[in-house]
Amino acid sequence: MAAPWRSLRLVAPIWNRSTRGIHHLGGAVDPESNQKKRRTMLQYLSDYFYDVESLRGYFLQNEMVKVHQKNRFRDKEWIRPDKYGHFPQEFWNFSEVPVEAVDASDCAINYEGLENLYLLKELQSLSLQRCPHVDDWCLSRLYPLADSLQELSLAGCPRISERGLGCLYHLQNLRWLDISDLPSVSNPGLTQILVEEMLPNCNVVGLNLAEGLKLGPEEQPRDTDRPVPA
Amino acid sequence: MLPRVLSLGVRRGRFTRRPGRGGFSLDWEEKLSEIKKKIQSALPGTSLLPLYDSSHLPPDHADVVIIGGGVLGLSAAYWLKKLEKQRGALRVLVVERDLTYSQASSALSLGGIHQQFSLPENIQLSLFSASFLRNINEHLAVVDAPPLDLQFNPLGYLWLASEKDAAAMENNVKMQRQEGAKVCLMSPDQLRNKFPWINTEGVALASYGMEDEGWFDPWCLLQGLRRKVQSMGVVFCQGEVTRFVSSSSRMMTQNKKEVKLKRIYEVHVKMDNSLEYQPVECSIVINAAGAWSAQVAALAGIGKGPPDTLQGTKLPVEPRKRYVYVWHCPQGPGLESPLVADTSGTYFRREGLGSNYLGGRSPTEEEEPDPGNLEVDHDFFQDKVWPHLAQRVPAFETLKVQNAWAGYYDYNTFDQNGVVGPHPLVVNMFFATGFSGHGLQQAPGVGRAVAEMIVEGRFQTINLDSFLFSRFYLGEKIQEDIII
Repeated sequence: MAAPWRSLRLVAPIWNRSTRGIHHLGGAVDPESNQKKRRTMLQYLSDYFYDVESLRGYFLQNEMVKVHQKNRFRDKEWIRPDKYGHFPQEFWNFSEVPVEAVDASDCAINYEGLENLYLLKELQSLSLQRCPHVDDWCLSRLYPLADSLQELSLAGCPRISERGLGCLYHLQNLRWLDISDLPSVSNPGLTQILVEEMLPNCNVVGLNLAEGLKLGPEEQPRDTDRPVPA
Repeated sequence: MLPRVLSLGVRRGRFTRRPGRGGFSLDWEEKLSEIKKKIQSALPGTSLLPLYDSSHLPPDHADVVIIGGGVLGLSAAYWLKKLEKQRGALRVLVVERDLTYSQASSALSLGGIHQQFSLPENIQLSLFSASFLRNINEHLAVVDAPPLDLQFNPLGYLWLASEKDAAAMENNVKMQRQEGAKVCLMSPDQLRNKFPWINTEGVALASYGMEDEGWFDPWCLLQGLRRKVQSMGVVFCQGEVTRFVSSSSRMMTQNKKEVKLKRIYEVHVKMDNSLEYQPVECSIVINAAGAWSAQVAALAGIGKGPPDTLQGTKLPVEPRKRYVYVWHCPQGPGLESPLVADTSGTYFRREGLGSNYLGGRSPTEEEEPDPGNLEVDHDFFQDKVWPHLAQRVPAFETLKVQNAWAGYYDYNTFDQNGVVGPHPLVVNMFFATGFSGHGLQQAPGVGRAVAEMIVEGRFQTINLDSFLFSRFYLGEKIQEDIII
């Protein structure tokens, strides 16, 4: 198990930039989280191999669900690990509360690690922003979350292309999808249109439709040096 | 080696000693032969003193000669080099007749991969290949070369079954799930909900692969394998195998019947457009010649004998021509459409972002086109493919064919499944062919199986004992029902 410990040390310095300790959560808003300033329960999946083992202990309980639904979308704080990757002690008291939102931005989560998300039957929001190993194969693993997933963010993942986005069709409950800044998508404007057609109930965000469009001939800036217009 | 040494006119062997003389003796003939042997081992080529350029010829000897440089041959070469006991232990030569791959099935393939087979071994092979392709940049990484982009599309396969096939499909899906494939069954109503563009008339059941299924770029896989395999030290050569020279020995079976076992020790590789050939001494031959495997097998004497005997059992692989058509349909299924395989055998899939679709249909036995050339028959699309497409997907009533091509299946007429493993009589010829349209998707697994058979002596990862050649003689069919 040498690998997970090594990567913990690698990831820790990056956390310090955006992490506030659990004591500072009062007024803090995670800058990379979704734009609506909603704060829900969060597990930082720092290392899929290590931390997600701890997620295996979570079970659904009816009374907790009701309490939770009342308190949902209200000032609940994100739970983050400290710089050593350890979750605070209070965290373990919540072991029976269903996990609603996972923010795995910038994580080294990969194909095998996504399997761990299957246990989270109530997952509503998943953020995989800028994950370097999430590719088209990984997107084909998201379908078990179809019943509950409402928000998904894939912004900035370097390996996702338009071929993998077709797999998101299974997520029929999706209401908000962020596919901005995907460098491997060949034609972002057309892809956005096709994804919007594919998921009519979903608000697809992120791709600038004017990207890649060239000015028409009338609008070309006049270049007086050139005898022949470009 | 030894015949050549003898032909140089040395009458005495290395180990004779002149009687009566002690110590170092200036035996000129012996010294000369030793010098010649040293030069020969240092420089490749037939000629002892290379009077002419022989760099285009394959080497004099190789441990394993792989006939056929398509995806199966390259996969076998890769795994042989991966599993060899010591680095550089196996000298592998890949002989490919056409290095432009203009007729190779691997290059002309649609590139689909799915696990929805009726045979557990096929499912295992496909799963293995899917995980190989998923981690392809770890397997086929070459120093200083850019990573491979397979352009994998993970949208899965959707197989439709009519009333009479529904029970078989249900059983198959149960078995596929047991083997670890992620497949779900859908009723016609669920199908209509999921894919509103399908006309579910005549469909009783559908099976949809959710993970590890889709399609990719076979040319990228081929080039990736070739690049990696060359970096591992496999020798490539362009040539055609024209002759096998083998030695035979007679053995007695337990029932006191005499059996002639053959062992190929030389492969003659003929160069293109010339009569020049190079005899390559070898110890193992792998027949991965795809659609032309039967010709290669016939060169080794497989099938030459009275019918209904093991000697007379031919390799039942023949080339079958299949057409692929590309059409444009602006109102067709969207980005999410899987590869749909209809009850009639018609299949199609989306290609790219621009509403283009690829598809085709396997002809029935009576309609089989002549495999002599790769000309496309456009009337086949008009008469046999389009009606079924339009019936299944009403949007396809208006479409425009843009392009078409044809390729070969290495079709196993016996049971449409591959042949893997050694021949019982020609003991050092191994087969990796006959996959009848699903060879590309099983290539990594089959290559590994052949390499394990050669290096370890038995199948280790996936047990392909039922794919051996002997089933043709024994008549044990392992029929694969689900092929396009």
